[in-house]
Parts: sequence; structure tokens; C-alpha cells
Amino acid sequence: MNYDQARWTDDDERYEPLLSEKHTAEADLDDAPLPDELTRDSLELPDLSEPELARHYTRLSEMNYGVDSGPYPLGSCTMKYNPKFTEDVAAIEAGAVHPDRSPESVQGNLELLYDLQDYLGRIGGMDAVTLQPPAGAAGEFTGVLVAKAYHEHNGDERSEIIVPESAHGTNFASAALAGFDVVSLPGGDDGRVDLDALESALSDETALLMLTNPNTLGLFERDIEEISEMVHDAGGLLYYDGANLNALLGRARPGDMGFDIMHYNVHKTFATPHGGGGPGAGPVGVVGELAPFLPKPQVEKRDGTYDLFDPEHSIGKVHGSLGNWLVLVKAYAYIARLGDPGLADASAKAVLNANYLASQIEYEVPYGPFHHEFVASAGDQDAADVAKRMLDYGVHPPTTKWPEIVGEALMTEPTEIENKTTLDQLADAFNAVADEDQDALAAAPERTAARRIDQTGAARNLRLSWQALDDE
Amino acid sequence: MSFETPDDRKYNESHEWALRDGGTVRVGISDFAQDELGDVVFVELPDVGEAVTQGEAFGVIESIKAVSDLYAPVSGEVTAVNEALFDAPEQVNEDPFGDGWMLEIELSDEAELDELLSAGDYADQVA
Repeated sequence: MNYDQARWTDDDERYEPLLSEKHTAEADLDDAPLPDELTRDSLELPDLSEPELARHYTRLSEMNYGVDSGPYPLGSCTMKYNPKFTEDVAAIEAGAVHPDRSPESVQGNLELLYDLQDYLGRIGGMDAVTLQPPAGAAGEFTGVLVAKAYHEHNGDERSEIIVPESAHGTNFASAALAGFDVVSLPGGDDGRVDLDALESALSDETALLMLTNPNTLGLFERDIEEISEMVHDAGGLLYYDGANLNALLGRARPGDMGFDIMHYNVHKTFATPHGGGGPGAGPVGVVGELAPFLPKPQVEKRDGTYDLFDPEHSIGKVHGSLGNWLVLVKAYAYIARLGDPGLADASAKAVLNANYLASQIEYEVPYGPFHHEFVASAGDQDAADVAKRMLDYGVHPPTTKWPEIVGEALMTEPTEIENKTTLDQLADAFNAVADEDQDALAAAPERTAARRIDQTGAARNLRLSWQALDDE
Repeated sequence: MSFETPDDRKYNESHEWALRDGGTVRVGISDFAQDELGDVVFVELPDVGEAVTQGEAFGVIESIKAVSDLYAPVSGEVTAVNEALFDAPEQVNEDPFGDGWMLEIELSDEAELDELLSAGDYADQVA
């Protein structure tokens, strides 16, 4: 594939102008049905014809790159294609009800939420699920609060949460935000949890160990049962970060491995949009012993009727209503469309695709055997330069420079959505860049709408609102 | 690659330097530290009059790659802060031992200086 991205700029080399820079008109404010003190005397608003408006947004989309444009193997992010039928399902008007409607009058909505709780519980091996948390990190925070409430309820206040060095930054942040001290766990030589290091980190202050499995290197934590036993013997709980659940669907369940709490990233595993697609969701599942501590209310089913109830020792609400409905509908639709065999097949292909791609690239992959993602090393090249250059080949680059255990890391996760032709195109991009010299890398990207971004300048000279543009 | 380690001052293992001038000690980070961090974009420092304690965090430095705590090489009251860094954090990269200084601390315990690394020992650490 050859690639040249559209580039729409004005005579001053500024990208597609803002709507307000194109054409504005004075709005008619005379008949505003509001008191004078609440209204303005004049208001300039964009004033464009429909074709002008359509072209504006089309041009912006042409200067963007998304999973609808080409492969997007951003490691640890599971950038699946978002099936368009889920948008249609979410757009069904009958589902758009006020969150404060009485349970009797929204039985259909509650049934969908109840079934999604049930699906997620069975997928993760968890006994109860809350759909309230509005994002993955909010799910983590909710899970940590549940663990805290559980220990406190047992008169067993604990002050520490253990997090592997290679964990997602949100794990450290969630633990700290909930008031815990974070104990950082160094990785073993094989890239997995080092049991001796875990032994010395555990104490009667350990509230929780947060893990993801397969881990950030794509490696299955094969000692997970022993890890679970060690943590539970110390009186702690085990938390599963759902970041890498896409490797396990239909084959292994965190609940069966001994995990007590987990969050689900529906934007990864269940193909809902990553940001930009509206409010998100990060449901949390727990084992039965922790169910009384979940956020309130929960959806339940009694005698064929759906209702809401407050768990006995609930940590309270973590969202204004039952969760972000539209994204939950999309996750439900995806799971229902694939069914058990489809989900298992998705995971199998995600693992197959990662392993096929890794076998086709020249960069070294130091750790394995890996599952749905792998971390290659750019070696003597700068991983950030490699990423910029890969853009010129019409593919999105992998995640770079993380985890730090691999030098100049290229963390790659093609997901199950790509066929062999696209995987070969990706491999060609990796290999073309691997053979290029420093000059070519430093000059990249050359075929994109935006060239090399001045990251330092952007961080030093913050423009936090569009009004700041006026200061330039 | 070798880094400057001027021998007129002493060093923390955590890469801050301490330059004594009479009763005050000027503090910054080393050439090695600024190189490891990459382009510095933000520095958070205490106010004049606040007390800092040897070995404890007195501020935060943020680069495009990382965010790190800054550790006080000596204890005492802060008598001056390099406010120029708030608008021009790049001075930490450009001149870590000069214009990139961060604090001046009124020395409360001279013996603390003896606990710091000499330029030679610090140079060995970052070699």
C-alpha cells in the first residue's frame, strides 16, 4: 500500500480553518424568551451552508488516522474496529429513557443491563458486576474502594497495595487516590512476577495485589495460582486489570485464577469506541464475598421482573445513574452478536495474529511465548523515530518506549480484526523502517498531514482553550 | 558519554547538587540528571520561607519523558527560589549547574554536607 495523507491548509499554512473563521453572522437575539440580564446584546455564530459544513468535517477526517483508515496495532490498547451495527443498536430511540424513570416503566433497559452484568460475570468468572464506573480507570478506582471497604468491614485496616513495575500507570494512581501506599514490585528476569520479590513485598499491611494477565509483555503469569495463594494467605485480595482480557475470552477466566476483583475495558475487549465516541464504561466484577460492597444501586431479577437494589455495605454511587447507557448497549450488542464461540474465536485470532506478525518482523522480540501482544525492541534505533516513520507507510505505529524492561520498546497488538494481507502490510512497514538510516528516521513523517510535532514546545507553551489562540 | 561534575560542589545519589556559599547552599540537578530526563517542561518548587529536610522531596520536575521528585541535599529554610524556571524550564537543560539552579537553603547543620558525595564519587556513579 502507498500512502499520502490529505493536507488542507490556507495560504498561511494553517490547517483547515475553524468554523468561526470561515463565515459568521450576527444572530437574531430579539425574541429570546429570557430575562435581559441573562442574554447578550450581540452574538456572532458560524453561518455556513450544509455543503460547507460537510466539507469542513470531511477535511478534518481526511487529516486524521483511525482504525477505519488502516491497521492500528497500538499495544495494550486493543484498538478493535468498532462495528457500525452497534451504533445502530445504540441509536434505537426506545432505549433513550430518563435515568430516573421508575423500574416498572423501563423493564427493557433493566433487562439489557441485567443480562450484560450476567454476560460479563460469566466471561470473567465473577459472581456480581456493576456497570456504573464511567471508564476503565474509574473501574479500577471503584475496585480499590471495594477492597478497602471489605477490609475495613472486617476490622482489618490495611495500608498497602502492591503493583508490578510494568503495570499500567493507572494502577499506581488508583491505589494512591484511594489513600493507599503503593509498593512497587520489580519484575523477574523472565518478564513475569518474581515470587521471591512478591514474598518480601507481602505483609499484614497488604490490601491488594493488582495484576494483569497476560501481563504487559503479553506473557501469561503461569504462577498465577501460587501468586493467588500467597496473596490470600497474607490476608490480601487479588485485582485483575482487564487491559489484556482479549487474550483470554472463552479460554481462561480471572475468577478461576483466584482473582477477587476485576474491571472490564469495554472499549478494548468489547469493541466500543476509545474516547471520542462519547462517555465510556469500565464495569467491575467481584467474587460473592465482595458483592455486598459494590456501588448502589444494582439491577436484580426477581420472579421475572427487573428491579434495583442497594447492596448491604455499598461503597455508594460512582455514577449519577446506572452507568453510561449508550456504551453499555454497544458492549452488549457486540457480546450478543459474537456469542460464546465468537468471543473465543476473537481471542484465538488475536493471539494468532500477534504471533504471526512477530514472526514476520526483523526487530527482536526478547520475551515469549506471548499471547495477544508482543514487545519488540527497536535496538539501536529510537523507538519514537520508528513510530514516526511507520506513519509514512500508511499504518499506525505500535506503543513505544513502554514497558521499560525492553529497550526502545515497540509494543504491538494487531488484534483479531486484521487479515493476513493487512498483517503482511504491517510487517512490511516494520521491516522497511528497520532497514532505514537515521536521516530517514529523523525526517519522518513526510507523508502525513502534520509533520513532526514539537512535543517539548507543546508542553512548555500550553494552550488550554481555543481563546488562548488569540494570544498568539 | 561523559557528563560534567564540577568539583566545587557536592552531590546526592539522587542527582541533586549542593553548592555552599557561606551560610547558604544553592541546589540544582546534575548534567547527568537533565540528560536522562530530556527536555524539561515544568518545575515545581517550594516557597521562600518553607523548610526542607535532607533526603526528603522538596519539589517536582517534569520532562517530556518523566515526572520525578526532587530531593533536598541539606535541611534548612528556603531563602531563594529560581522563579525564572517557571517561564523558562529549559534553563535546567541548558545550564544545569548555573542558570538552572533551583533553590537556596539556609544551612542548618553543616555536618549534613559531609554525608553527600564528592564530585569524584558522583562522577563514578554516573560513569
